[in-house]
Amino acid sequence: MDPLDLARWQFGIVTVYHFLFVPITIGLSAVVAAYETAWVRTRNPHWLRLTKFFGKLFLINFAIGVVTGIVQEFQFGMNWSDYSRFVGDIFGAPLAVEGLLAFFLESTFLGLWIFGWDRLSPRLHNACIWIVHVGTLLSAYFILAANSWMQHPVGYEYNPDTGRAELHDFAAVLFNKVQLVTFPHVVLSAYLTGAAFVVGVAFWSMTRRGASDDDRVMYRKAVRTGSALVLVAGLGVAVSGDVQGKIMTEVQPMKMAAAEGLYDTEDSAPFSIFQIGSLNGDEEKFAIKVPGLLSFLATGHTDGQVEGINQLRATYEKKYGADPGATYYSPGDYTPIIPVTYWSFRLMIGLGLLAAAGAALILWVTRRDRAPTGRFWLWLAIAMPLLPVAANSFGWIFTEMGRQPWVVFGLMTTANGVSPGVGAGTVLTSLLAFTLVYAVLAVVEIGLILKYVRAGAEPAPEDTGPTDTPDRPMAFAY
Amino acid sequence: MELTTVWFCLIAVLWIGYFCLEGFDFGVGMLLPILAGNDRERRVLINTIGPVWDGNEVWLLVAGGATFAAFPEWYATLFSGFYLPLLLILLALIVRGVAFEYRAKREELRWKARWDLAIIVGSYVPAFLWGVAFANIVRGVPIDADLEYAGNLFDLLNPYALLGGLTTMLLFLTHGAMFLALKTDGRVRHEARSLAARFGVAAAAVAVAFLFWTQVDTGNLGSGLLFVAAAAALVAGLVAIGAAREGWAFLGTFVTIALAVAGLFVALFPDVMPTSLADGTSLTTSNAAATSYTLKIMTVVALVFTPIVLAYQGWTYWVFRRRIALHHIPEQPARQPAS
Ligand code: HDD
Ligand code: HEM
Ligand code: HEM
Repeated sequence: MDPLDLARWQFGIVTVYHFLFVPITIGLSAVVAAYETAWVRTRNPHWLRLTKFFGKLFLINFAIGVVTGIVQEFQFGMNWSDYSRFVGDIFGAPLAVEGLLAFFLESTFLGLWIFGWDRLSPRLHNACIWIVHVGTLLSAYFILAANSWMQHPVGYEYNPDTGRAELHDFAAVLFNKVQLVTFPHVVLSAYLTGAAFVVGVAFWSMTRRGASDDDRVMYRKAVRTGSALVLVAGLGVAVSGDVQGKIMTEVQPMKMAAAEGLYDTEDSAPFSIFQIGSLNGDEEKFAIKVPGLLSFLATGHTDGQVEGINQLRATYEKKYGADPGATYYSPGDYTPIIPVTYWSFRLMIGLGLLAAAGAALILWVTRRDRAPTGRFWLWLAIAMPLLPVAANSFGWIFTEMGRQPWVVFGLMTTANGVSPGVGAGTVLTSLLAFTLVYAVLAVVEIGLILKYVRAGAEPAPEDTGPTDTPDRPMAFAY
Repeated sequence: MELTTVWFCLIAVLWIGYFCLEGFDFGVGMLLPILAGNDRERRVLINTIGPVWDGNEVWLLVAGGATFAAFPEWYATLFSGFYLPLLLILLALIVRGVAFEYRAKREELRWKARWDLAIIVGSYVPAFLWGVAFANIVRGVPIDADLEYAGNLFDLLNPYALLGGLTTMLLFLTHGAMFLALKTDGRVRHEARSLAARFGVAAAAVAVAFLFWTQVDTGNLGSGLLFVAAAAALVAGLVAIGAAREGWAFLGTFVTIALAVAGLFVALFPDVMPTSLADGTSLTTSNAAATSYTLKIMTVVALVFTPIVLAYQGWTYWVFRRRIALHHIPEQPARQPAS
C-alpha cells in the first residue's frame, strides 16, 4: 500500500478515536462542576453523590482522552513532515499556545480536584473543576483555530523562497471567520454529548430494578438537568451549524455540493433526506427531498443558487490547474468522495437530532415524578450517549473528507504533505500498533464504565469529624 | 540576543523542566518492582506522584508544540527521522498514563499486576529512549541536503547513544529514589534512601563516562563547565542522602539533571540537529526557524504564561507536600461495585 494511504488511515483513526473522548470530557466536566456547585450551595447530599458518581466516570474517560492526545501532538512530525514544514510558522503557534495555556491548566487542576477533597476548602475544590473546564474550552479554541486555518487559510503570505506559508497576522488566524462558527458548533455539540451521557447513565440507573426510592429521586435530578441541557445545546448546535453552512459555502463551495451530491448548479436546490442510486451522478432511483432546503442551508434563501460539482470542478481546474496532485480521488480531481460526504453529513445531523428527540421524550415521561419501566426505555438509555458521540465523528469525517484533496485548502494537497522519508512499512507498523492498543483500551474503558455505572452512586460519606489530622487516610488514592 | 537564540534557550528550558519533573515519575515507575514488597507499598509509591504526573508530562507536550512553532524544520525532521523510537515512547506513555488511572479501579490481583507491568515497562522504555534520542541529536545523524533524515533505525542504536540511554535511565532511577525518600515514610523511605545511594553511584559512573565522551566529541567551554557542575551536584546529592538530608539530596539530582541537559544543549548550539554526512546540511537555529513574527508572538505568550504555570504547579506541590506512609492509604472502598 502507498504510504500516503496508510498515513491517511492512521491520521483518521487516531484522530477520530481521540475525538470520541474529547466531547465527553468537555461536556461532562461542566456538568460535574455544576453538580458540585449545587452541592456547595445547597448542601443537599444528592448533589455530592452525583458529583462523585459522574466524577469517577469522567476520570475513566479523561484518562484515554489524555493519552490519545499525546499521539496527536507528535504525529504531524512523524507522518506529515512536509506539511509541518510548510505550515509550522502558522499551525505550530496555536498548538504551542494550547499546551501552555490549556493543557497545564487541565492536568494540574484535575490533579488537585482528584486528590484534593480533604486538602482544599469546598469552594476552592469546586473552583478546581471549573478551571479544568475552562482549560478544555481553551484547548478546543486553539486547536480549532489551527484546524480552521486549514479549512480557510488567512493571515499568511506564501514565501516562494522558502516554499513555506508565513504568518503575518496572528489575530486573523485566531478570529478566522470559519473559526468563529466552528468553535461554538463544536463546543455546543460537546455539551450535547456530555449531557446525553449523563441522561443515559442516570436514566438507566433510575429505571432499573433495585434502585431505592431515595436513589430514584437523586437520579431523576440528573436525568432532568441533563435532558434540559441536551435540548438547549441541541438547539445551539443546529443554529450554529446553519451559520456554518453558509460560511462553508462561501469558502469551500465544493463541500456543500458534495454534501448533497449536487452535480449541476441549481436555483432552489432541494435537500434529500436520503437517496438511492444517484450519488455518482447518474439518474437517481429513489429519494425523499425537501424542496429548497439545500439552498436555504447554503445561502439563507430557499431560492438561492447552489453551485454544482461539475461547474465547480471546471472553476477549480481553471484556478488551480488541472492536476491537484492527488488524482486518485474519485470521481475526478477536486471532488471529494461523494458517498462519504453525503452520508456523513446526514448522519451527523440525524443522529444528533435523534439524541435531542430522545432527551425530549425522557423529559416528558419523567414529568411529575413518573418513572417509566420497560425494555424500550433501557435501550433508549443505552442509545443516548452513543448517538451524539457518533454524530461528532461523522461531523469531523464530513469536514475533513469534504476538504480533500486539499490538506490546506487551496495551498497544499494532502499528497504533498506526507513525510517523504518514511516508508510504507514504518507507517504500517505504527498504524497497526496504535489501532491494536486503542482497540484494547476501548474494551477496557467500556468495561470499567459499565462496571461503575452498575455499581451506582456511592452512599453519602458520613461526617468523620476534623478532616485534617496528619495520620488520617487520604480522601482519595490510586 | 536574537529571537532564534531565545527560542533555542526556551526549548532547552522546556526539556529541562520535562526531564527534571517527569524524571522522577519515571524513576518511581521503574522502582515499583524493586522497592515495593506488596500491593499497599506499591500504592504508596504510585500515590506520591498521583496528583502531579500528568502536569509533569505536559512539559513534553509544550516542548513538542514549541518546537513545531519555533523550529518547524527541526520538528519535522526530528520526529519523522526518529519515527520508530518515538513510536515506542508514545506507546509506553499511553499504557503508563492509563495504568495510573485504571490500576485501582478493580480489586482483582491479575488486573493490578497487569497495570503494574504497564507502569514498569512504560517507565523504563521512555527513560532509556529519551537518552538515546538526545545523544543522537547532539552527536549528529545522517541528514541529507533536503534536511531529511537519511538513516535507518540501526543508525540510532550506536554505542554512544546507548550509553546516553543508560545514563538517563540510571539518573532517573536515582532521582525517583531521592523523591520517594523525600515523599514517603516508614520502610519505603529507608529502602528508598539506600537504593538512591546505590543507584546514585552507578549513575555517577555512567554519567561521567557519557558526558566526558560528549565533551570530547562535540563539547565547548560552556558545556564542559556545565558537565563538571552537574557531576558536582550529583556527588553533593549522594553526600546528602548519606546524611539523611532528603530534601537536599533530591535537589541534588534535580540540579544534576538540569545542568546535564543544559550542557547538552550548549554543546549543540547553534545547530539543532547536526548532520553526520559530508554532503548533508545541518539544521541550525537559523535554517530551521519560523519567521520572526511568529517568534515574537510566541515570546510574548511564553513570557506572560510561563510564570503563571510555574506558580500554580508549585502550589500543587505545596498542597500535596505531606509524606505518604502505609497508614495513609485508604482501604479500597468498602462497597466494592459488583462486577
Ligand atoms: C474540540 C476540542 C479538541 C480537538 C479538536 C482536539 N482536542 Fe486534544 N484534547 C482536548 C480537546 C480537543 C481536551 C478536551 O482538552 C482533551 C481531551 C481529554 C483531555 O485530557 O483534554 C485533549 C487532550 C489532548 C492532549 C493531552 C493533554 C494532557 O496531557 O492533558 C493533547 C496533547 C492533545 N489533546 C492534542 C490534540 C491535537 C494535536 C489535536 C488535533 C489534531 C487535538 N488534540 C484535537
Ligand atoms: C481536531 C480534530 C480533528 C478531527 C476529528 C479530524 C478528523 C479527520 C478525518 C476524519 C480525516 C479524514 C480521514 C481520511 O481521509 O481517511 C482527516 C484528515 C486529515 N486531517 Fe483532520 N481532523 C482534525 C483536526 C485536524 C488537524 C488539527 C489537522 C492538522 C494538521 C488535521 C490534518 C488532517 C490531515 C493531514 C488529513 C489528511 C489525511 C487524511 O486524509 O487522512 N486534522 N482528519
Ligand atoms: C441541524 C444540525 C446541524 C447542522 C446544520 C450542522 C452543520 C455543520 C456543517 C455545515 C459542518 C461543516 C463545517 C465545515 O466543514 O466548514 C459541520 C461540522 C461538524 N458538526 Fe455539525 N451540524 C449539525 C448538527 C451537528 C450535531 C448534532 C453534532 C454533534 C453532536 C455536530 C458535530 C459536528 C462536528 C464535530 C463537526 C466538525 C467540526 C466543524 O467543522 O465544526 N453537528 N456541521
